[in-house]
Amino acid sequence: MATVATRTLTYAEAVNEAIRISMRQDPNVILLGEDIAGGADVDHLVDDEAWGGALGVTKGLVQEFGRGRVLDTPITESAFIGAAVGAAATGLRPIAELMFVDFFGVCMDQIFDQGAKLRYMFGGKARCPLVIRTTIGAGLNAAAHHSGCHYSVFTHMPGIKCVAPSTPADAKGLLLAAIRDDDLVLFFEHKLLYGLSGEVPEGDESIPLGTADVKRVGNDVTIVAISRMVHQALEAAEQLAAEGIEAEVVDPRSLSPLDSDSILASVAKTHRLVIVDEDNPLCSVAHTIAAIVADEGFDSLDAPIRCVTAPHTPVPFSPPLEQAYIPSPEQIAAAVRAIL
Amino acid sequence: MVVTERRAVELTGETLLGMYERMVLIRVFEETTMRQFADGQIPGFVHLYAGEEAVAVGVCTHLADSDFITSTHRGHGHCIAKGVDIAGMAAELMGRRTGICKGKGGSMHVADVEKGMLGANGIVGGGFPLACGAALTAKVHGTDAVTICFFGDGASNQGTFHESINLAAIWKLPVVFVCENNGYAEATTFAYHCSVADVATRAAGYGIPGVIVDGLDPLAMFSAAGDAIARARRGDGPTLIEAKTYRFYGHEEGDAATYRTAEEVEAHRRRDPLITFGAHLTGTGIATEADLDGMRARAQTTVDAAYAAGAAAPWPDPAETLDDVYVSYRGR
Repeated sequence: MATVATRTLTYAEAVNEAIRISMRQDPNVILLGEDIAGGADVDHLVDDEAWGGALGVTKGLVQEFGRGRVLDTPITESAFIGAAVGAAATGLRPIAELMFVDFFGVCMDQIFDQGAKLRYMFGGKARCPLVIRTTIGAGLNAAAHHSGCHYSVFTHMPGIKCVAPSTPADAKGLLLAAIRDDDLVLFFEHKLLYGLSGEVPEGDESIPLGTADVKRVGNDVTIVAISRMVHQALEAAEQLAAEGIEAEVVDPRSLSPLDSDSILASVAKTHRLVIVDEDNPLCSVAHTIAAIVADEGFDSLDAPIRCVTAPHTPVPFSPPLEQAYIPSPEQIAAAVRAIL
Repeated sequence: MVVTERRAVELTGETLLGMYERMVLIRVFEETTMRQFADGQIPGFVHLYAGEEAVAVGVCTHLADSDFITSTHRGHGHCIAKGVDIAGMAAELMGRRTGICKGKGGSMHVADVEKGMLGANGIVGGGFPLACGAALTAKVHGTDAVTICFFGDGASNQGTFHESINLAAIWKLPVVFVCENNGYAEATTFAYHCSVADVATRAAGYGIPGVIVDGLDPLAMFSAAGDAIARARRGDGPTLIEAKTYRFYGHEEGDAATYRTAEEVEAHRRRDPLITFGAHLTGTGIATEADLDGMRARAQTTVDAAYAAGAAAPWPDPAETLDDVYVSYRGR
């Protein structure tokens, strides 16, 4: 296998690069969202002064592709998310940005009743090749309307694929695959990871949806962790290594489809499982993974499965409360020790 | 706001006859569907379009397959006006494998994307954003395709109505919003549920033309839709058309429509668009009574054959439940 050249990019830059590559390849790829270009109709903006999204992730794209393909929308999520569904069903391959996942409440019909169901309702005679990029995660003291994860809301829904990358390389590779995918994909970007740097392959190197990745090899316990929790789990694994416990950290990367085979294979090796999820626990991805392993991997287990999740509360504002909300490396390490 | 009079429109006899034929096909399909439903041949719910034929046909006579429409619960008439296959529709309503959506959608989700029909819709107000999206595709691709968003008076109170008309207006999307105001949102009167006397007046809030049309008159509908569609194709943006129309039956089959008086129904029945338009065609010498009767008989033959084929068609295999959720899906 040929070695792919890499260089260091941030997670945000990796997302931007995947979009840029896709827009160069396919004129049907368009970008729409609130301030996605920034400053539409403001004549004095030149070069890269325009926002490029509320968090700057799409900065520079309007300069290359123009305002005909990078569309600032009003604050009107039902209309523009639904328009993206309608555009996808009629020949475009849109990428819509839902600024924060918490805003799904104002556009859910268009995602859930229209985008996710139209192919099925139409007997397979329609497609919805749409990517909805959105941001997730606590840690910026942004309180309960700008800090949730909520991907479990969408994994519950047939017709939607859900992807939650934890590294810059995964963000680029999975987004390339998501944009090329002919189904509706929700792409969950963790706000606290945007500044994370890592080696990212050059060029058009996509990663298939539905493939997990082992981020750390170990024999004593499997820790399945999602999105930013991968990094919390890796930190816990270092603490445990000092005690002679070798944890294997598995990142599903894609939550629907879910690569349960890789999770079951790891548990078959380690015989113990801890799942770490920043989302709320009830009907969560964490509990689904626990159910799958209990159902299909019960004979592999030497101990009860433990889930380390956010509590069943909205995300609080005050820094000590928010820190208590987010699963910590210490909590993860404690959960591991409890089942060894 | 402009209120249209019935304008003289220059239409060939062939076009006029084609419009009548399409209207009578809708009427016959709906009345046959009513009987099939009563006979237990159609599962679920059906919402009949009878009485509103002039709206769908007046508008869709302007359209090609490359143009798009979005629709409502009451979507059979839109489908037929847009050229969706009758046999495929009948089998779909019956839940058969040969249905146009393979029995996955039924009456409230009949669709044919190849024909530009983006689906009847079970969500009131669900079609507005989708229509903007189809219009956006035309704008990005640089074609002259237009999208028609049919909706009911009840949907004019949904947030998507406001959001989508604003978006279409600021982006000058090639879309025409056509309100079928039949006076009732389910069992609730328009006078109760709407803050203004005419939905069309809401156009002023978005800086676009609002037009009130007699929705029982196919020529008035054709005229108003022609202006709006031309404006959309020119790149001048959307129009809001309000068609004052009436449904001859209940909200859905099984609804006795006790919220309407017999006198009110009878008054509208006297203005049945098939009667008035038929009289126009015979009065101007474009058709004879025998011509019109022949068209109705042919429509009945077509619809009967469609339902007979549907009744003879197989049910879907239960294994097909799992098909068509995704184009591709790895694993769980």
